Amino acid sequence: MRAISFVRQFVEVVLAIAIAPLFAGWIAQCRAWLQNRSAPPLLLPYRTLRKLFFKDVALATDASLLFRATPYVLFGTMVLAAAIIPSLVTDLPLARVADSIALVGLFATARVFLSLAAMDIGTAFGTLGARREMMVGFLAEPALLMVLFNAFLLYGSTSLPSLVDGYRTHPSIIDPSVIFAAVAFVMVALAENARIPIDNPSTHLELTMIHEAMLLEYSARHLALVEWASSLKLFNYACIGFALFMPWGIATQGLDGVGPLLIAIAALIGKLVIAGAALALIESLSAKLRIFRAPEYLAMAFLLAVLGLLVHLLLGA
Amino acid sequence: MLLSANHWISGLAETLAVNDLHFMLLLVAAWMTLGFAGFLRPHSIRFVARFLFPAGALLCLGVALLAGLFLASGQAPQAVVLPLGLPDLPFHIRLDVLSGFFLLLLGVAGAGISIFAAGYFRSGEGTAPALLGLEYHLFLASMAMVILADDAYLFMVAWETMALSSYFLVTSHHRIPEIRRAGFLYLIMAHVGAVCILLSFGVLQGGSWQFTFDAMRSAHFAPFWATTAFLLALLGFGAKAGLVPMHVWLPEAHPAAPSPVSAMMSGLMLKTAIYGMLRVSFDLLSIRFWQWGVLLLVLGLFSALFGAIFAAVQTDMKRLLAYSSIENVGLIFTGIGLSILFETSNMHLFAALALTAALVHSFNHALFKSLLFLTTGSVLHATKQRSLGKLGGLIRHMPWVASFALIGTLSIAGLPPLNGFVSEWLLLQSFLFTPQLPHAFLNMLIPLGAAVLALTVALSAYVMVKFYGVIFLGQPREPSLVHAHDANWLERLGLIWLAAGCVLIGALPQIVLSAVAPVTGKLLGNTVRSSSTFWSIAPIAQEQASYSGLILLAGILSVVAITFVCVRLLAHGRIRRTAAWDCGYPWQTCRMQDTAEGFGQPIRHMFGAFFRMERSLPSASDDAPRYRVYIEDRLWCGVYLPIARGVQGLADAIAVLQGGRLSIYLLYSFLTLLALLVFVL
Amino acid sequence: MHTSPLIAEVLRVLAAGLLLISFAMLSGRRTQQLIALFAWQGVMLFVSTCLVAYSSGLTEMYYSAALTLLLKVIALPWILNRLIKRLGAQWDSEQLVNVPTTMLAGLVLVIFAFGLAQPIASMATTITRHTLGIALAVILLAFLMMITRRKAVTQVIGFLAMENGLFLAATSATYGMPMVIELGIALDLLVGVFILGIFFFQIREQFDSLDLHNLESLKED
Repeated sequence: MRAISFVRQFVEVVLAIAIAPLFAGWIAQCRAWLQNRSAPPLLLPYRTLRKLFFKDVALATDASLLFRATPYVLFGTMVLAAAIIPSLVTDLPLARVADSIALVGLFATARVFLSLAAMDIGTAFGTLGARREMMVGFLAEPALLMVLFNAFLLYGSTSLPSLVDGYRTHPSIIDPSVIFAAVAFVMVALAENARIPIDNPSTHLELTMIHEAMLLEYSARHLALVEWASSLKLFNYACIGFALFMPWGIATQGLDGVGPLLIAIAALIGKLVIAGAALALIESLSAKLRIFRAPEYLAMAFLLAVLGLLVHLLLGA
Repeated sequence: MLLSANHWISGLAETLAVNDLHFMLLLVAAWMTLGFAGFLRPHSIRFVARFLFPAGALLCLGVALLAGLFLASGQAPQAVVLPLGLPDLPFHIRLDVLSGFFLLLLGVAGAGISIFAAGYFRSGEGTAPALLGLEYHLFLASMAMVILADDAYLFMVAWETMALSSYFLVTSHHRIPEIRRAGFLYLIMAHVGAVCILLSFGVLQGGSWQFTFDAMRSAHFAPFWATTAFLLALLGFGAKAGLVPMHVWLPEAHPAAPSPVSAMMSGLMLKTAIYGMLRVSFDLLSIRFWQWGVLLLVLGLFSALFGAIFAAVQTDMKRLLAYSSIENVGLIFTGIGLSILFETSNMHLFAALALTAALVHSFNHALFKSLLFLTTGSVLHATKQRSLGKLGGLIRHMPWVASFALIGTLSIAGLPPLNGFVSEWLLLQSFLFTPQLPHAFLNMLIPLGAAVLALTVALSAYVMVKFYGVIFLGQPREPSLVHAHDANWLERLGLIWLAAGCVLIGALPQIVLSAVAPVTGKLLGNTVRSSSTFWSIAPIAQEQASYSGLILLAGILSVVAITFVCVRLLAHGRIRRTAAWDCGYPWQTCRMQDTAEGFGQPIRHMFGAFFRMERSLPSASDDAPRYRVYIEDRLWCGVYLPIARGVQGLADAIAVLQGGRLSIYLLYSFLTLLALLVFVL
Repeated sequence: MHTSPLIAEVLRVLAAGLLLISFAMLSGRRTQQLIALFAWQGVMLFVSTCLVAYSSGLTEMYYSAALTLLLKVIALPWILNRLIKRLGAQWDSEQLVNVPTTMLAGLVLVIFAFGLAQPIASMATTITRHTLGIALAVILLAFLMMITRRKAVTQVIGFLAMENGLFLAATSATYGMPMVIELGIALDLLVGVFILGIFFFQIREQFDSLDLHNLESLKED
């Protein structure tokens, strides 16, 4: 491994950690504009994180070591995933460590740890949130897998760097299976990141919470780490979506040097701006579903992905 | 490094003119000796538990070491004929790569279970300690003989010994009627399976009336007879493995048995059935058909989904784990079915990938399922509770058991970087190639099987969060739970061994892959690349997919450590302990957290068609409202009970013959004599 | 002949869109929504027929495209909308089986249709021969929609959607049907919808509801 690829890996990880809260802040701004409210400042998430890190942790007397370790484990898995996903370049030393199926598994690890931590204190809301989060998780996995299956059929690999390189050589923008897979991926990403229409990230009604219910007992630096990890998860999903469907600007094999890296950073920021605005638009246009409509929503996503698969097999494109 | 050790040992063995097989038989004989040695001091639990069981564990390690060396050296199969058995059919014994792999599995998992059992059996549990030791070691020895057998007679003798010794182990607490009932059901199903296996061997001998496996390998069959033999073997071995619809004994027998016995049955005995299936379909039968592959695939996926769904609604912790075993066996059969399907379509590399996934999953399951059953044993000893509704919060009082149970839970849920994920990943990778199958409808239908597989694995994560969360986390649901004590040092040793196996194989899956490679090479003629570099596996090609458990584990741990240090340095580490927030509600009790039924409610709601449910709901005017839900298996009511009634009816009809009067019986003898005179003369 | 890969890709996207709309009709909850989806199906058929006419150079396909636009996008939805407004049946359209199960059954039907169509498609010579499987799937899905619905109006929409699938099949395999047959089918559709409308009023008068469950009482006991 050459030294330059380690440098680029480091740049990518630092950029991911730094930009993720900004991405969440941008989405909040777009939502406020669309809902005709005055927007919070763009850097508010950073100020919130700083405030939380310096507070004292208020820990329940019954909390175990699992509860205290989970925020670190969540942050660790999300940072590692950000290091593996090729958001800027494909020639990363860590890129071959996990293919896309293993990345989905890594997200599942984070979800299981958070659910276990929610059950640790033993309140009604924690166990409720854990149960619902695991339910959404197990319904979303088949749909996500079918999207990755689609990508495999198109480019012959499940490893993200190979997918990006493959797209460069055979771009097929208006392939119906790609369109179906993209829509299915967006639906699953909304479900997994606790966005409307599955979960409202800014709700205060505990009985309707899924993700927020698991965070009720966390405070100070633990809460800061969990929030940072959640925004990193959204960032990671966005980058996986870009790698699968819109990998323009990513520096592929052979493009070394500072120039392609700067172009990749600019392209990533541009794509994130557009993706954030689109996400805010979808959230503002939809209503939150009842919890037992969530299986129907995810079944729809699964259906779209499978249709994409079948259409690809039939049309032979 | 392993190879050089093997060279040294084989050099030594050559000078002594013995080979691996002789060592193996010596170890098996040593187990049986240990079993009988218990009778020297029949009622001393200390002698049996503290001395004989650890010795048995050491023998397990020896078996594993021998098998591992045999696999690594890639020698030709070794066979021996023992002067025991029938006059014209002595015992044939053979050690080849397939039996070597399963002996490795037996040894590694058996060592952990035996050490745990040494610390677990504190009183006779209803049977004399010597009998317990005898049955236990006979069980181990008979499983090894099943794997080593090279003719049908020895196979059936060892199979029956396995069934009988495990029956006696299951009914250790024989004074409780439910346990006797569960043991009886187990015995019936075991014998139904054994009859099917016997019939299958009868078909396989192909007219030569030689029952050695060598003769069966060289026989040629018409497709009809080959299919008959395959189906009979599937019925027989599926009944022992717990494949739906022959699974009904599993959820009864596993909870009834003491925990180390449940671990052995789930971790080891089910794998002997897998071994039998592989031996018959890949080794003894020389032709296969793609329809068999589809049948195994469908049965396997259905069993997996069925097991996961039923596990989600259980309220007894050992029944939950039993249904989870059904799920994992379904996954293994799915891999075997895919392998047959690929092989009959001439896609040999992918067949090797699917078979590798099935074998690696067998190995992983032996490790993590045994670990989980043993932790439930510790919980049972500490709390005397089996029902999930009376446990909770044990992580504070039993930290060692809770940590190992956490590793087991994360493994069985198929989460990276532990070992369960490796086999699930390999199985998913093999599904990715199914659209290339040449059959018209199959190449579109079978990819949907990948979705069912993903659903099942994610559902097992759900089930395991329920298992771990309800038992170890939250508030204690019974006041007596605060007196729970942790496991003793022998139990901890067994748990450490199994948990370390899970973590090691998760980080370095090349170890198991290199053990599996000779097996697929022999059975299919093709292997996947077991490792392209030291730290990652890439079964087909590096560009197509690769996985590195070691770097994932190291990465997560290092990022966690760096984050912890940074937070402590840049901010502070102050903590203030208070009451739980709970949104400001002041009267939180232990009954407000989820029960086991509550956690399974979404599954009950969504998959209600699978169950037969009886619910009694309280009404608004009840003085003492009660909520009761009772879930039963539809297959039990729809298939087994009618069969039982039919058999009972038939038996009642035939019982008419037993008139009770002596003259009637003399009349039967007279009529038989007349008939013989007519037909013979 | 002006074939180009761009037209082929657009035709593929339109065919996939038709399949998607059939699934949406399978799970739709409101009758007005179903009529709107049917109109969108007509639009997609119109565009794809025009493109096929352009690339193959057959002018009579332009006529059948115009007929599709007139009938399926404008006339029939207008008639159906008026009908359900007078019947008061805009909102409800219950299902016999729940939505995920119907979706799963639809998926199996799609696989069945695709599997059947593959050998036939290799014999055809048109630009759109690959979409024969999709056309067959649309027909089967519309039939499934008719089976799993309770209210009478939705069954009419299913029947019309079946005809859409037939039209697509004809266009994709043989560049359309003879004009006489097309005009005949169009007339049949119009007359059929009128007669069914009259029947619905009779049903409602008799039973006070459009639930077809009530028709079951018309059997001998």
